[in-house]
Amino acid sequence: MGKVFKETLSLDPAQFGDSLVYNEVEGWDSVGHMMLVAGLEQEFDCMLEMDDILDMSSYQKAVEIVRRYGE
Amino acid sequence: MIDLSGKVAVVTGGTRGIGRAIAETLAGQGATLILNGRHGGEALDRAVEEIAGTHSVPVVGVAGDIGLPETSAEIARQAFARFKKLDVYVNNAGVLMDSLIGMIPPDSVDQTLDINVKGVIYGTQAAARLMQRGGGGSIINLTSIIGRFGNEGQLVYGASKAAVIGATLSAAKELASRNIRVNAIAPGFIDTDMVRQLPDDKFQQRLASIAMKRIGTPADVARAALFFASDLSSYVTGQVLGVDGGMLV
Repeated sequence: MGKVFKETLSLDPAQFGDSLVYNEVEGWDSVGHMMLVAGLEQEFDCMLEMDDILDMSSYQKAVEIVRRYGE
Repeated sequence: MIDLSGKVAVVTGGTRGIGRAIAETLAGQGATLILNGRHGGEALDRAVEEIAGTHSVPVVGVAGDIGLPETSAEIARQAFARFKKLDVYVNNAGVLMDSLIGMIPPDSVDQTLDINVKGVIYGTQAAARLMQRGGGGSIINLTSIIGRFGNEGQLVYGASKAAVIGATLSAAKELASRNIRVNAIAPGFIDTDMVRQLPDDKFQQRLASIAMKRIGTPADVARAALFFASDLSSYVTGQVLGVDGGMLV
């Protein structure tokens, strides 16, 4: 999960952490968000529902959402 | 020969008329199809069976009203689950309900905007997500000559088809960087069940306004869709292509 965030948003190790929040990190804007969704879907071989895409407002939320698809 | 083998294409409203012709044309070039029909049932099953049988390509039917977001989501789910990709998405499903301005029932406004406009928006959302994963694709929206130039008795239809052009232009700009092309086709007077509802005098009047002096066929429109679906249009996005035989409205 962290790998997708780091690669997609081009984050430095110092920038990455559990506290990442949408629109508060450079690159995690609406375009970055869609790239992130594509990256997560690719990595975890799933397809996120629209409600989950809209709800994915932080790294922790993303972890919670993607975990649900693996169950 | 245009080869669409290995490509996965969606055609909404694909059981008859222009949608059916587009589906047949894409399948004829080897594309795997996901075919949407509003009511499902026998008409959709028959179309799926006939196209698969004629062109020897996989065809999957997805029933549902394209004006509802669940239908586009289900189409995308099917594309992902079965083929893991999506290359072409034809937003074709549409309705035409003519009324003079003072006599437009609110229900027909809602239904027309739901299917003709919201359907294109939901379809574009669903298609863009899957195409992005595959490195690109082509979204083809069916608008109309009426959306470009208007016509009496077609306030709602004209508004809906003009909205399709706006959606096409905006999506083309947003998705170009991800190698997803978005274009629209604006058919003129095409020989489908929808135009056969016209009274004879109106039918003849419209025929007389076509420079090429013949009504268009669904196959004429389908060939334009094939152009946009294929790499022949690899550097074309945000365009509205009239397929109208030089019709004046």
